[in-house]
Amino acid sequence: MKAFLLAIVASVVIAIGANQILNSIGFSSAAAGTSTLNVRTSE
Amino acid sequence: MLRLLGLLALIWTLAVPAAAQEAPADARGSTGGAQTLEDILRRQDGIAIDDSFRSDLTGNPDAAAPIDEQLGTLGGASDPDLWRAFRYGTADITTQARTPAATTLIQDGGMWWLKFREGPLLSFGAYLLGGTLLALTLFYMIRGRIRIGGEKTGRTVTRFKAFERFGHWLLASSFLVLGVTGLISLFGRKVLIPAFGHETFAFLAVGTKWVHNNISWAFMIALVIIFVVWVVHNIPDRTDLHWLAKAGGILGGEHPPAKKFNAGQKLIFWAVIVLGGSISLSGLSLLFPFEINMFNHTFSTLNSWGVPGWFGAADLPYPLEPQEEMQYAQLWHAVVSLILTAIIFAHIYLGSVGMEGAFDAMGKGEVEEQWAREHHSIWAEEVLNETKSIKKRTST
Repeated sequence: MKAFLLAIVASVVIAIGANQILNSIGFSSAAAGTSTLNVRTSE
Repeated sequence: MLRLLGLLALIWTLAVPAAAQEAPADARGSTGGAQTLEDILRRQDGIAIDDSFRSDLTGNPDAAAPIDEQLGTLGGASDPDLWRAFRYGTADITTQARTPAATTLIQDGGMWWLKFREGPLLSFGAYLLGGTLLALTLFYMIRGRIRIGGEKTGRTVTRFKAFERFGHWLLASSFLVLGVTGLISLFGRKVLIPAFGHETFAFLAVGTKWVHNNISWAFMIALVIIFVVWVVHNIPDRTDLHWLAKAGGILGGEHPPAKKFNAGQKLIFWAVIVLGGSISLSGLSLLFPFEINMFNHTFSTLNSWGVPGWFGAADLPYPLEPQEEMQYAQLWHAVVSLILTAIIFAHIYLGSVGMEGAFDAMGKGEVEEQWAREHHSIWAEEVLNETKSIKKRTST
Protein backbone atom coordinates (compact mmCIF):
# COMPACT_ATOMS: atom_id res chain seq x y z
CA MET A 1 0.00 0.00 0.00
CA LYS A 2 3.01 2.29 -0.26
CA ALA A 3 1.81 3.52 -3.66
CA PHE A 4 -1.60 4.34 -2.16
CA LEU A 5 -0.13 6.31 0.75
CA LEU A 6 2.30 8.09 -1.55
CA ALA A 7 -0.61 9.05 -3.83
CA ILE A 8 -2.55 10.50 -0.87
CA VAL A 9 0.49 12.56 0.17
CA ALA A 10 1.02 13.65 -3.45
CA SER A 11 -2.60 14.77 -3.83
CA VAL A 12 -2.32 16.91 -0.68
CA VAL A 13 1.01 18.40 -1.81
CA ILE A 14 -0.36 19.11 -5.31
CA ALA A 15 -3.51 20.75 -3.89
CA ILE A 16 -1.60 23.04 -1.52
CA GLY A 17 1.08 23.76 -4.14
CA ALA A 18 -1.50 24.60 -6.82
CA ASN A 19 -3.29 26.95 -4.44
CA GLN A 20 -0.02 28.74 -3.55
CA ILE A 21 0.94 29.15 -7.21
CA LEU A 22 -2.50 30.35 -8.30
CA ASN A 23 -2.75 32.81 -5.43
CA SER A 24 0.70 34.21 -6.18
CA ILE A 25 -0.32 34.96 -9.78
CA GLY A 26 -3.69 36.47 -8.74
CA PHE A 27 -5.90 33.97 -10.56
CA SER A 28 -9.23 34.73 -8.91
CA SER A 29 -11.84 36.46 -11.04
CA ALA A 30 -12.17 39.17 -8.41
CA ALA A 31 -8.44 39.88 -8.54
CA ALA A 32 -8.34 39.73 -12.33
CA GLY A 33 -11.42 41.82 -13.00
CA THR A 34 -11.44 44.65 -10.49
CA SER A 35 -9.19 47.40 -9.29
CA THR A 36 -8.03 47.46 -5.69
CA LEU A 37 -8.63 51.21 -5.54
CA ASN A 38 -11.82 53.11 -6.19
CA VAL A 39 -11.56 55.79 -8.84
CA ARG A 40 -13.98 58.70 -9.15
CA THR A 41 -13.69 60.43 -12.50
CA SER A 42 -16.53 62.93 -12.14
CA GLU A 43 -19.04 64.25 -9.65
CA MET B 1 -86.81 55.36 -39.14
CA LEU B 2 -84.88 57.81 -37.04
CA ARG B 3 -85.22 55.48 -34.10
CA LEU B 4 -83.93 52.57 -36.19
CA LEU B 5 -80.89 54.57 -37.30
CA GLY B 6 -80.27 55.57 -33.70
CA LEU B 7 -80.42 51.93 -32.64
CA LEU B 8 -77.95 50.93 -35.36
CA ALA B 9 -75.59 53.73 -34.31
CA LEU B 10 -75.79 52.55 -30.71
CA ILE B 11 -75.04 48.94 -31.69
CA TRP B 12 -72.09 50.05 -33.81
CA THR B 13 -70.57 52.23 -31.11
CA LEU B 14 -70.86 49.41 -28.60
CA ALA B 15 -69.68 46.71 -30.99
CA VAL B 16 -66.48 48.42 -32.15
CA PRO B 17 -64.76 48.44 -28.75
CA ALA B 18 -65.83 44.81 -28.19
CA ALA B 19 -64.34 43.80 -31.56
CA ALA B 20 -61.19 45.77 -30.75
CA GLN B 21 -60.74 43.80 -27.52
CA GLU B 22 -60.90 40.51 -29.42
CA ALA B 23 -58.50 41.60 -32.15
CA PRO B 24 -54.89 40.63 -31.20
CA ALA B 25 -53.49 43.78 -32.77
CA ASP B 26 -55.33 45.97 -30.33
CA ALA B 27 -55.10 43.64 -27.34
CA ARG B 28 -51.86 45.25 -26.20
CA GLY B 29 -53.50 48.64 -26.49
CA SER B 30 -55.85 47.61 -23.73
CA THR B 31 -52.92 47.09 -21.40
CA GLY B 32 -51.35 50.40 -22.26
CA GLY B 33 -48.54 48.67 -24.21
CA ALA B 34 -47.70 46.19 -21.47
CA GLN B 35 -47.80 42.43 -21.95
CA THR B 36 -51.17 40.73 -22.16
CA LEU B 37 -52.53 37.73 -20.32
CA GLU B 38 -51.91 35.71 -23.48
CA ASP B 39 -48.24 36.77 -23.48
CA ILE B 40 -47.85 35.70 -19.85
CA LEU B 41 -49.58 32.34 -20.44
CA ARG B 42 -47.45 31.63 -23.52
CA ARG B 43 -44.26 32.48 -21.61
CA GLN B 44 -45.29 30.24 -18.71
CA ASP B 45 -45.82 27.41 -21.20
CA GLY B 46 -42.34 28.01 -22.60
CA ILE B 47 -43.74 29.13 -25.98
CA ALA B 48 -41.66 31.76 -27.77
CA ILE B 49 -43.30 35.17 -28.03
CA ASP B 50 -42.31 38.24 -29.98
CA ASP B 51 -41.42 40.48 -27.06
CA SER B 52 -39.99 43.27 -29.16
CA PHE B 53 -42.81 45.46 -27.79
CA ARG B 54 -40.96 45.23 -24.47
CA SER B 55 -37.34 44.94 -25.55
CA ASP B 56 -37.64 48.00 -27.84
CA LEU B 57 -39.52 50.06 -25.26
CA THR B 58 -36.48 51.51 -23.54
CA GLY B 59 -37.26 55.18 -23.79
CA ASN B 60 -36.22 57.85 -26.28
CA PRO B 61 -33.48 60.18 -25.05
CA ASP B 62 -33.77 62.23 -28.26
CA ALA B 63 -37.29 63.19 -27.25
CA ALA B 64 -36.37 63.88 -23.65
CA ALA B 65 -38.00 66.75 -21.87
CA PRO B 66 -35.65 69.65 -20.98
CA ILE B 67 -33.94 69.13 -17.67
CA ASP B 68 -35.81 72.00 -16.05
CA GLU B 69 -39.20 70.45 -16.87
CA GLN B 70 -41.13 67.76 -15.09
CA LEU B 71 -39.63 64.29 -15.77
CA GLY B 72 -36.78 65.99 -17.64
CA THR B 73 -34.20 64.59 -15.27
CA LEU B 74 -34.99 61.06 -16.46
CA GLY B 75 -33.51 61.86 -19.86
CA GLY B 76 -36.32 60.43 -21.95
CA ALA B 77 -36.23 57.02 -20.27
CA SER B 78 -38.51 56.25 -17.34
CA ASP B 79 -37.45 53.84 -14.60
CA PRO B 80 -39.39 50.95 -16.23
CA ASP B 81 -37.69 51.81 -19.53
CA LEU B 82 -34.32 51.59 -17.79
CA TRP B 83 -35.11 48.25 -16.14
CA ARG B 84 -36.25 46.85 -19.50
CA ALA B 85 -32.93 47.98 -20.99
CA PHE B 86 -31.11 46.14 -18.17
CA ARG B 87 -33.15 43.01 -18.79
CA TYR B 88 -32.57 42.98 -22.54
CA GLY B 89 -28.92 43.99 -22.27
CA THR B 90 -29.27 47.25 -24.18
CA ALA B 91 -28.53 49.71 -21.37
CA ASP B 92 -25.34 51.75 -21.65
CA ILE B 93 -23.61 50.54 -18.49
CA THR B 94 -20.24 51.70 -17.25
CA THR B 95 -18.57 49.82 -14.42
CA GLN B 96 -15.19 49.69 -12.77
CA ALA B 97 -15.20 45.87 -12.99
CA ARG B 98 -13.54 44.61 -16.15
CA THR B 99 -14.79 41.03 -16.33
CA PRO B 100 -16.75 40.07 -19.47
CA ALA B 101 -20.01 39.69 -17.54
CA ALA B 102 -19.67 42.90 -15.53
CA THR B 103 -22.14 44.88 -17.63
CA THR B 104 -24.88 42.22 -17.56
CA LEU B 105 -26.96 43.33 -14.58
CA ILE B 106 -30.02 41.16 -15.27
CA GLN B 107 -29.60 37.83 -17.06
CA ASP B 108 -33.13 36.86 -17.95
CA GLY B 109 -31.94 33.79 -19.86
CA GLY B 110 -30.43 32.26 -16.72
CA MET B 111 -33.73 31.35 -15.10
CA TRP B 112 -34.06 28.03 -16.95
CA TRP B 113 -30.57 27.10 -15.72
CA LEU B 114 -31.42 27.93 -12.13
CA LYS B 115 -34.64 25.92 -12.27
CA PHE B 116 -32.91 22.97 -13.92
CA ARG B 117 -30.01 23.06 -11.47
CA GLU B 118 -32.31 23.15 -8.45
CA GLY B 119 -34.75 20.52 -9.71
CA PRO B 120 -34.19 17.97 -12.49
CA LEU B 121 -30.39 17.94 -12.11
CA LEU B 122 -30.59 16.98 -8.42
CA SER B 123 -33.24 14.34 -9.14
CA PHE B 124 -31.15 12.93 -11.99
CA GLY B 125 -28.07 12.75 -9.76
CA ALA B 126 -29.90 11.13 -6.85
CA TYR B 127 -31.65 8.55 -9.03
CA LEU B 128 -28.52 7.74 -11.03
CA LEU B 129 -26.17 7.27 -8.06
CA GLY B 130 -28.79 5.70 -5.80
CA GLY B 131 -30.01 3.42 -8.60
CA THR B 132 -26.46 2.29 -9.39
CA LEU B 133 -25.76 1.44 -5.74
CA LEU B 134 -29.04 -0.43 -5.53
CA ALA B 135 -28.34 -2.35 -8.74
CA LEU B 136 -24.86 -3.33 -7.48
CA THR B 137 -26.31 -4.47 -4.14
CA LEU B 138 -28.92 -6.59 -5.92
CA PHE B 139 -26.26 -8.01 -8.23
CA TYR B 140 -24.13 -8.94 -5.23
CA MET B 141 -27.09 -10.61 -3.54
CA ILE B 142 -27.96 -12.61 -6.67
CA ARG B 143 -24.52 -13.40 -8.08
CA GLY B 144 -22.42 -13.26 -4.92
CA ARG B 145 -18.68 -12.76 -4.94
CA ILE B 146 -16.90 -13.96 -8.06
CA ARG B 147 -14.49 -16.54 -6.65
CA ILE B 148 -11.29 -17.92 -8.06
CA GLY B 149 -12.60 -21.08 -9.71
CA GLY B 150 -9.49 -23.28 -9.85
CA GLU B 151 -7.09 -24.30 -7.13
CA LYS B 152 -4.85 -21.50 -5.90
CA THR B 153 -1.18 -21.98 -6.66
CA GLY B 154 0.28 -19.83 -3.90
CA ARG B 155 2.46 -18.18 -6.54
CA THR B 156 1.92 -14.58 -7.63
CA VAL B 157 2.32 -12.64 -10.86
CA THR B 158 3.26 -8.96 -10.97
CA ARG B 159 0.16 -7.20 -12.29
CA PHE B 160 0.97 -3.50 -11.81
CA LYS B 161 4.27 -1.78 -11.09
CA ALA B 162 4.58 0.80 -8.33
CA PHE B 163 4.29 3.79 -10.69
CA GLU B 164 1.13 2.38 -12.29
CA ARG B 165 -0.43 1.90 -8.86
CA PHE B 166 0.67 5.39 -7.80
CA GLY B 167 -1.06 6.87 -10.88
CA HIS B 168 -4.20 4.84 -10.22
CA TRP B 169 -4.42 5.81 -6.56
CA LEU B 170 -3.67 9.47 -7.27
CA LEU B 171 -6.57 9.44 -9.72
CA ALA B 172 -8.83 7.40 -7.43
CA SER B 173 -8.21 9.38 -4.26
CA SER B 174 -8.57 12.76 -5.96
CA PHE B 175 -11.71 11.59 -7.79
CA LEU B 176 -13.36 10.40 -4.59
CA VAL B 177 -12.59 13.69 -2.85
CA LEU B 178 -13.81 15.63 -5.89
CA GLY B 179 -16.97 13.51 -5.96
CA VAL B 180 -17.83 14.09 -2.31
CA THR B 181 -17.03 17.82 -2.38
CA GLY B 182 -18.85 18.20 -5.71
CA LEU B 183 -21.98 16.54 -4.34
CA ILE B 184 -21.83 18.82 -1.28
CA SER B 185 -21.77 21.84 -3.61
CA LEU B 186 -24.51 20.43 -5.83
CA PHE B 187 -26.92 19.43 -3.06
CA GLY B 188 -25.97 22.19 -0.60
CA ARG B 189 -28.74 24.69 -1.11
CA LYS B 190 -31.63 22.26 -1.48
CA VAL B 191 -30.60 19.50 0.93
CA LEU B 192 -27.79 20.46 3.32
CA ILE B 193 -28.92 23.99 4.24
CA PRO B 194 -32.43 22.82 5.21
CA ALA B 195 -30.84 19.94 7.16
CA PHE B 196 -27.93 21.68 8.94
CA GLY B 197 -28.61 25.39 8.65
CA HIS B 198 -26.86 28.23 6.85
CA GLU B 199 -23.95 28.71 9.25
CA THR B 200 -22.87 25.07 9.27
CA PHE B 201 -23.17 24.84 5.52
CA ALA B 202 -21.30 28.10 4.97
CA PHE B 203 -18.31 26.66 6.84
CA LEU B 204 -18.60 23.38 4.93
CA ALA B 205 -19.04 25.13 1.58
CA VAL B 206 -15.94 27.28 1.95
CA GLY B 207 -13.83 24.24 2.87
CA THR B 208 -15.20 21.94 0.17
CA LYS B 209 -14.85 24.63 -2.49
CA TRP B 210 -11.17 25.11 -1.57
CA VAL B 211 -10.54 21.36 -1.63
CA HIS B 212 -12.52 20.79 -4.85
CA ASN B 213 -10.77 23.59 -6.74
CA ASN B 214 -7.27 22.65 -5.68
CA ILE B 215 -7.28 18.85 -5.65
CA SER B 216 -8.57 18.99 -9.22
CA TRP B 217 -4.96 19.47 -10.33
CA ALA B 218 -4.00 16.11 -8.81
CA PHE B 219 -6.86 14.51 -10.78
CA MET B 220 -5.72 16.08 -14.05
CA ILE B 221 -2.08 15.08 -13.50
CA ALA B 222 -3.14 11.52 -12.64
CA LEU B 223 -5.35 11.38 -15.73
CA VAL B 224 -2.31 12.12 -17.88
CA ILE B 225 -0.24 9.49 -15.99
CA ILE B 226 -2.73 6.65 -16.45
CA PHE B 227 -3.30 7.59 -20.09
CA VAL B 228 0.42 7.43 -20.83
CA VAL B 229 1.11 4.17 -18.97
CA TRP B 230 -2.01 2.23 -20.04
CA VAL B 231 -3.19 3.48 -23.43
CA VAL B 232 -1.12 0.89 -25.29
CA HIS B 233 -2.92 -1.91 -23.40
CA ASN B 234 -6.36 -0.42 -23.99
CA ILE B 235 -6.51 -0.30 -27.77
CA PRO B 236 -9.57 -2.36 -28.79
CA ASP B 237 -8.93 -5.62 -30.65
CA ARG B 238 -10.68 -8.84 -31.71
CA THR B 239 -10.46 -10.52 -28.29
CA ASP B 240 -12.72 -7.77 -26.92
CA LEU B 241 -15.59 -8.77 -29.22
CA HIS B 242 -15.40 -12.36 -27.98
CA TRP B 243 -15.19 -11.14 -24.37
CA LEU B 244 -18.21 -8.87 -24.79
CA ALA B 245 -20.22 -11.61 -26.55
CA LYS B 246 -19.78 -13.75 -23.45
CA ALA B 247 -20.37 -10.76 -21.10
CA GLY B 248 -16.98 -11.49 -19.60
CA GLY B 249 -18.28 -14.73 -18.12
CA ILE B 250 -19.69 -12.67 -15.27
CA LEU B 251 -22.99 -14.54 -15.18
CA GLY B 252 -21.35 -17.84 -14.41
CA GLY B 253 -20.00 -19.01 -17.75
CA GLU B 254 -16.35 -19.70 -18.53
CA HIS B 255 -13.95 -16.78 -18.45
CA PRO B 256 -13.31 -15.64 -22.01
CA PRO B 257 -9.63 -15.05 -22.91
CA ALA B 258 -8.30 -11.55 -22.24
CA LYS B 259 -5.05 -9.65 -22.47
CA LYS B 260 -3.74 -7.32 -19.72
CA PHE B 261 -7.07 -5.49 -19.77
CA ASN B 262 -10.34 -7.15 -20.79
CA ALA B 263 -13.04 -5.37 -22.78
CA GLY B 264 -14.87 -4.28 -19.63
CA GLN B 265 -11.74 -2.71 -18.21
CA LYS B 266 -11.06 -1.04 -21.57
CA LEU B 267 -14.52 0.49 -21.49
CA ILE B 268 -13.80 1.80 -17.98
CA PHE B 269 -10.43 3.15 -19.13
CA TRP B 270 -11.87 5.05 -22.09
CA ALA B 271 -14.81 6.28 -20.02
CA VAL B 272 -12.35 7.67 -17.48
CA ILE B 273 -10.16 9.26 -20.16
CA VAL B 274 -12.97 10.76 -22.27
CA LEU B 275 -15.40 11.71 -19.50
CA GLY B 276 -12.59 12.62 -17.08
CA GLY B 277 -10.99 14.77 -19.79
CA SER B 278 -14.29 16.49 -20.48
CA ILE B 279 -14.87 17.07 -16.77
CA SER B 280 -11.37 18.54 -16.53
CA LEU B 281 -12.01 20.95 -19.42
CA SER B 282 -15.36 22.13 -18.07
CA GLY B 283 -13.76 22.35 -14.61
CA LEU B 284 -11.00 24.59 -15.95
CA SER B 285 -13.68 26.72 -17.60
CA LEU B 286 -15.36 27.11 -14.21
CA LEU B 287 -12.07 27.60 -12.35
CA PHE B 288 -11.10 30.50 -14.63
CA PRO B 289 -14.49 32.16 -15.27
CA PHE B 290 -15.01 33.64 -18.75
CA GLU B 291 -11.44 32.73 -19.83
CA ILE B 292 -12.13 29.31 -21.40
CA ASN B 293 -15.36 29.30 -23.38
CA MET B 294 -16.29 25.81 -24.55
CA PHE B 295 -19.91 26.13 -25.58
CA ASN B 296 -20.15 29.28 -27.71
CA HIS B 297 -17.85 27.88 -30.37
CA THR B 298 -19.24 24.34 -30.06
CA PHE B 299 -22.85 25.49 -30.49
CA SER B 300 -21.88 27.67 -33.46
CA THR B 301 -20.07 24.75 -35.13
CA LEU B 302 -22.93 22.29 -34.49
CA ASN B 303 -25.43 24.81 -35.87
CA SER B 304 -23.33 25.37 -38.99
CA TRP B 305 -23.28 21.59 -39.59
CA GLY B 306 -27.04 21.48 -39.06
CA VAL B 307 -26.70 18.89 -36.28
CA PRO B 308 -29.76 20.05 -34.24
CA GLY B 309 -31.87 19.66 -37.40
CA TRP B 310 -30.93 15.95 -37.61
CA PHE B 311 -32.97 15.47 -34.46
CA GLY B 312 -35.74 17.83 -35.50
CA ALA B 313 -34.58 20.43 -32.97
CA ALA B 314 -34.14 24.16 -33.40
CA ASP B 315 -30.66 25.67 -33.59
CA LEU B 316 -28.68 25.79 -30.36
CA PRO B 317 -28.52 29.23 -28.71
CA TYR B 318 -25.79 31.42 -30.17
CA PRO B 319 -24.10 33.74 -29.35
CA LEU B 320 -24.05 33.01 -25.62
CA GLU B 321 -23.84 35.62 -22.91
CA PRO B 322 -20.78 35.20 -20.62
CA GLN B 323 -23.00 33.93 -17.81
CA GLU B 324 -24.70 31.45 -20.14
CA GLU B 325 -21.30 30.01 -21.02
CA MET B 326 -20.63 29.41 -17.32
CA GLN B 327 -24.11 27.95 -16.82
CA TYR B 328 -23.66 25.42 -19.61
CA ALA B 329 -20.18 24.58 -18.25
CA GLN B 330 -21.66 23.98 -14.79
CA LEU B 331 -24.41 21.71 -16.12
CA TRP B 332 -22.01 19.76 -18.33
CA HIS B 333 -19.51 19.43 -15.47
CA ALA B 334 -22.18 18.12 -13.12
CA VAL B 335 -23.95 15.74 -15.54
CA VAL B 336 -20.75 14.15 -16.90
CA SER B 337 -19.32 13.87 -13.36
CA LEU B 338 -22.47 12.09 -12.14
CA ILE B 339 -22.32 9.63 -15.06
CA LEU B 340 -18.61 8.93 -14.45
CA THR B 341 -19.27 8.48 -10.72
CA ALA B 342 -21.92 5.85 -11.47
CA ILE B 343 -19.44 4.02 -13.73
CA ILE B 344 -16.74 4.24 -11.03
CA PHE B 345 -19.15 2.75 -8.47
CA ALA B 346 -19.30 -0.36 -10.65
CA HIS B 347 -15.50 -0.32 -11.02
CA ILE B 348 -14.99 -0.04 -7.24
CA TYR B 349 -17.47 -2.88 -6.67
CA LEU B 350 -15.70 -5.27 -9.05
CA GLY B 351 -12.27 -4.24 -7.79
CA SER B 352 -13.14 -4.92 -4.15
CA VAL B 353 -16.06 -6.96 -2.76
CA GLY B 354 -17.32 -8.14 -6.15
CA MET B 355 -14.34 -10.27 -7.16
CA GLU B 356 -11.95 -12.36 -5.12
CA GLY B 357 -8.31 -11.49 -5.73
CA ALA B 358 -9.00 -8.33 -7.76
CA PHE B 359 -8.01 -5.82 -5.07
CA ASP B 360 -4.54 -7.37 -4.75
CA ALA B 361 -3.75 -6.09 -8.25
CA MET B 362 -3.86 -2.47 -7.05
CA GLY B 363 -3.22 -3.13 -3.37
CA LYS B 364 0.00 -5.10 -3.62
CA GLY B 365 0.64 -5.14 -7.34
CA GLU B 366 0.80 -8.95 -7.22
CA VAL B 367 -2.05 -11.30 -8.10
CA GLU B 368 -2.57 -15.02 -7.55
CA GLU B 369 -1.37 -16.91 -10.62
CA GLN B 370 -4.66 -18.81 -10.90
CA TRP B 371 -6.60 -15.52 -10.82
CA ALA B 372 -4.44 -14.22 -13.66
CA ARG B 373 -4.98 -17.44 -15.68
CA GLU B 374 -8.76 -17.21 -15.21
CA HIS B 375 -9.37 -13.51 -15.81
CA HIS B 376 -6.51 -12.52 -18.13
CA SER B 377 -5.42 -15.80 -19.71
CA ILE B 378 -3.57 -14.34 -22.72
CA TRP B 379 -1.68 -11.83 -20.58
CA ALA B 380 -0.90 -14.45 -17.90
CA GLU B 381 0.52 -16.81 -20.55
CA GLU B 382 2.73 -14.02 -21.93
CA VAL B 383 4.02 -12.99 -18.50
CA LEU B 384 4.65 -16.57 -17.34
CA ASN B 385 6.45 -17.47 -20.60
CA GLU B 386 8.56 -14.34 -20.30
CA THR B 387 9.45 -15.21 -16.70
CA LYS B 388 10.41 -18.75 -17.77
CA SER B 389 12.63 -17.50 -20.60
CA ILE B 390 14.35 -15.00 -18.27
CA LYS B 391 15.01 -17.80 -15.77
CA LYS B 392 16.34 -19.99 -18.59
CA ARG B 393 18.71 -17.27 -19.84
CA THR B 394 20.03 -16.51 -16.35
CA SER B 395 20.60 -20.24 -15.62
CA THR B 396 22.58 -20.72 -18.83
